[in-house]
Order: sequence, then C-alpha cells, then structure tokens
Amino acid sequence: MAGISGVLTYARRNKNLVVGLALLLSLFLFSAIGHLLVDVEKAYPLGAPSSKPPSSEFPFGTDPQGRELLAVAVRGTYLTLRIGFIAGGLGLLVGTILGFTAAYYGGLYDTVVKWVVDVLLTVPALLILVVIAATLTKGMSLDSMALVIALLAWMWPTRTIRAQVLTLRERAFVRVAKLSGATSLEIIFKELMPNLLPLLGAMLINSVIGAVFASIGLEALGLGALRQPTLGMTIYWTMQQSAFARGLWWWIITPIVIIIILFVGLFQLAIGLDELANPRLRRKV
Amino acid sequence: MRIRYVLKRLAVLLLVLWTAATLNFLVPRLSGRNPVLEKILSMTAGGGAYAMGINEMADAWEKRFGLDQPLWKQYVAYLSDIAHLDFGYSLAQFPKRVSDQIAEALPWTLGLVGTSTLMSFILGSLLGAVMAWRKSSRLLNLFVPPLIAVSAVPYYILGLVFIYLFAVRFKIFPLYGGHTIGSIPSHSLSWYIDIAYHSILPALSIVFASIGNWALAMRGMMTTIGGEDYMVLAEAKGLKQRRIFWRYGVRNTLLPQATNLAVSLSLVVSGSVLVEKVFSYPGIGGLLFTSVVYSDYNTISGIVFLMILAIGLATLVLDLTYPLLDPRITYGGG
Repeated sequence: MAGISGVLTYARRNKNLVVGLALLLSLFLFSAIGHLLVDVEKAYPLGAPSSKPPSSEFPFGTDPQGRELLAVAVRGTYLTLRIGFIAGGLGLLVGTILGFTAAYYGGLYDTVVKWVVDVLLTVPALLILVVIAATLTKGMSLDSMALVIALLAWMWPTRTIRAQVLTLRERAFVRVAKLSGATSLEIIFKELMPNLLPLLGAMLINSVIGAVFASIGLEALGLGALRQPTLGMTIYWTMQQSAFARGLWWWIITPIVIIIILFVGLFQLAIGLDELANPRLRRKV
Repeated sequence: MRIRYVLKRLAVLLLVLWTAATLNFLVPRLSGRNPVLEKILSMTAGGGAYAMGINEMADAWEKRFGLDQPLWKQYVAYLSDIAHLDFGYSLAQFPKRVSDQIAEALPWTLGLVGTSTLMSFILGSLLGAVMAWRKSSRLLNLFVPPLIAVSAVPYYILGLVFIYLFAVRFKIFPLYGGHTIGSIPSHSLSWYIDIAYHSILPALSIVFASIGNWALAMRGMMTTIGGEDYMVLAEAKGLKQRRIFWRYGVRNTLLPQATNLAVSLSLVVSGSVLVEKVFSYPGIGGLLFTSVVYSDYNTISGIVFLMILAIGLATLVLDLTYPLLDPRITYGGG
C-alpha cells in the first residue's frame, strides 16, 4: 500500500466500503454537529409547541407531545447507535472469548458451547427478548436495554470465531510456535489474534446491525426506555398515536429516513469489510 | 443409520423446546413481579369501586393459577401444560383461553406471512439466477445496488414507507386492518376480495424487504456454479440453454437455498410480527403487541412458545428432506 494513493485505488475497487463509511459518517456528523447546535432538551416532551409542520423555526416539525423533531433526530441517532455499539460490542466480546476458548481447548467444554449456540440460534432472539423486556419494561433504561440485547448477541460471533480458530489451529505457524515453547495465551494473542483482526472488524459491524435491529424492533413494540427519544421509540409513538390518520407525516418521515440510512450504511460497511477480510471474495461476483 | 440421525434431530428439537419453555417460565418469575396482583390493582384503579379485599382476591387468584405452590411444582405443572399446548387463560381478556386467542389470529398470519415468504423466495431466487446467467442482459446488474439497499431495511420500516406512499399520499390501499371494519366474516367472494385487498400492502412490504436476500444469495451461487466443469461440458455437448439453466444451474442451488430458508425462518417470523403491528393486522403479531401493552404474560409466553415450536418443526422438516433434494447426502456411514 503506497499511502493515500494506495487507499484510493483500493477504495475504487471496494465501493461498498466507501458507500457504507460515507453514509455512517454523515449520520455521525449530523448527530455530533447537531449536539453542538441544537438544544437536545427539546427532544423531550413539552420542549416545543405541539404538532407544528416543518418550518424555518422547526426544520423537521414537532410532534403532538411537543418534541422538536430535529432535536429528536440528533439525539435519537446518537442513542440508538450507542445501544447498538454497546450491545453489539459486548456480544462480540463474549462470543470471541467463548469461541476462542472452545476451539482452542476442545473437549467437553467445546461440545457444551457448541450445543448451546446451536440451540439458541434456532430460537428467534427477538421473541425471547420480548419475553425478557416485557417483564422488565417498567425499569427499562437505555443501558439495561443494551444489556438485555447483548444477552442474545453472542452466538453468531462464537460460532464464526470457533470455526476460524479450528482451522487456524492446525496451520504450520501455530505448530511451530507451539514446538518452540509458546504458551497458550501467547499463541492466542500473538499468533491467532492478528490473523483474525479484519474478520473481527467485519463481525463487530454485523453484531451492531443485529443489536440495532433488535433494539428498534423492541422499541417499536413499546418495550424500551419510554422516556428516551430513540429512533425506535419515535416509531412506537407515531404508531401509538396514529400519526398517519392525523396527517402528521413529518413525524414519521424523520425516524424512517434516518433508520433507512443507518441500516443501508451498516450493511454496505459490513459487505465492504467482509471483502477486506476475505480477499478471496474479491475475484468472485 | 438414518434412524439415528432422525432421533438425534428430534432430541435437538426437544432441547430447543425445553429451553424455550424454561426461559418462558423462569424469566417472568425471576423479575419478582406479581402479574396477578398488578392486574387486579390496575383493574381496580380503572374501575374505582372494588378497592376492598384486594389481597384476598389476589390470594384466591393465585390459588386458582397455582401460584401459591412451590416453584418446582409450578414448573412441573407448567411443563405438562405446555406439552399439551395448554397455555392457560389470557390475563387481559380473562375468560378467554390463550389457545383460543391464538387460534383466531393464526390463520391471518399463516395466510399473509406464508404466502409472501414463499413468493419472495421463488421470485428472489429466479431473479438472482437470471442475474447471474451469462446470457442475460448486463443491464440486470443495475438492480444489484438497490436490491442490497432494500434488503437492508427492516420489513416494518418498508411497511411504514408503503403506508405513507400508497395509503396516505395516494389513497389506493387501506391504512390498516385485515378487513373492512364492521364487515361480517362469511364465505362470500366479496369477503375474500376484501381480505386480499387489505393484505396487499403488508404482503408487498414483506416481499420487497426480503426478495433481495434470496436474489443475492442465488446470484452468488449461480456465479460459482457457472465455472464448474459440468457446465462447460453441457455447453460443449450443445444442450439447449433452457435445459442448462434449469437442470444444471438452478437445480444445484436448491439445497443451499433451502438451507438459507431454514436459517432465515426465525428472522421472517420476528420481522413479520412488526409488519402486522404496523398494519394493525389481526394476526399473531398484532396479538403479541396487545399482550405486551397489557402485560398479559400468559398470552405472550404462549405465542412465543408456539412460534418457536413452528420454527423448530419447519427446520426439522427441511433437515429431513435434504436427502430427497440431494442424493449425495445420506446421513450415515460417515
């Protein structure tokens, strides 16, 4: 890679990566700059006059409870991404540890981990989350929401990492390291980890997609931090208060557009990172 | 040997169901809340008058539901009820049984989600196969980026977009519901037309949101298969293009596509729950939503368990039919 020009050449080949990064960066900048320019207190009820269509004073309009929708967009993007990264990150962390240890040590421990993963993967996570969230709903805060989602976010990472480590373990360089007296920890961190870094990056984004998907889904069902102006809660309120029937189209457009940009960006980024992590994919398709 | 495989798969299914049932049983009880007391309190708060004797009433109810028994007894009773698909009474619509509620809602969901999933599977697979086919127009590849984009969006978000476009802006389709309000179910043609008319938008959002996944997976597989020796041989033998496409190309992708179908079933189910809610469709998803609103634990756990059962059975059937789809797989000997 010859510095910037090398990156640019690669970027031209991996368009998914560029598009994904661009979409997510623009959302990020929108939220970050918005936090500086917009008063986020207006994202909470009674922060503004109610049910005003978009105007120069309220560019995105306001909702019936008096939330200013520009502030909701700014704040909600941040809160939703935060839940996604906390839950997705935790899921990946737990999955990586389980996958590594299961594949590396093998035996009964590996069998148990593999079975638990297989069983839990056939159960639709959203439904289990509904049961958990429905019993917690009164005390639900943003962080407990993230933790609940993380409870069921570790299975795919575990399975993927386990499979990767199983093949890596048999490679010559790992055997050489073992023969020259490296300890298990040294092998895991010095030999295996560096080989898995690009994959871990791609998996982080995949976990975040899953977590954001779950959080918005739960919130749209009314199982979230009711007071917080996240994207999913905004969807919930629009449906709860039949925004369509009342003609409040601007109330719905705002969260939908952001959610679409968010998901398309995350997906493109995931595809792009996957290509970066598995160079063999590049020649195909 | 095959019997052993079937038995093993059945054991996995039972394990899945047991896990689901246990989670269903434990989670609400671990939370330390008393759904019966809460229910009665909220009922008296709404009704006002019956404030006296609440505790006696709660005790009586707990006895009625067996909630005064030790936990392990409740657990055993719960498991045996579940095994009989008996989920008890709905807490929100009391005299109604959960199984009746589900029986009312199920046909709606099966009709809507079943048809639209099948449609998007078939259409998407065909689209993907044609896109990867060398003889097709290159123009078809222009569809790839929008397909990726649309498949990234959750079903219900697309549903909201459709509602906005086709029900609010251009009032072509109804805003919500499974049938015109006030119409009486009957076996007449107009009733079925009414149902079909109401199901077009929800079905479209499921089809559009999921078609891309099938198409992209199919396209990838067809591209790989295109390079196989037997394709070159078929070409060299001068077989008809149509025959090469169907019998050599598409046929070989059936197995992995069927696997994808099994894997994505759970996604389909949870995605369609929200689609139903968005469209106020009278199916399982709508019922789940109402039960969440009224913290009707019995109904919630009944629905969740039934869905997990359905997905488990579907995966089992798919797994067991693999040998029919692909004679190379025999489950055994190896």
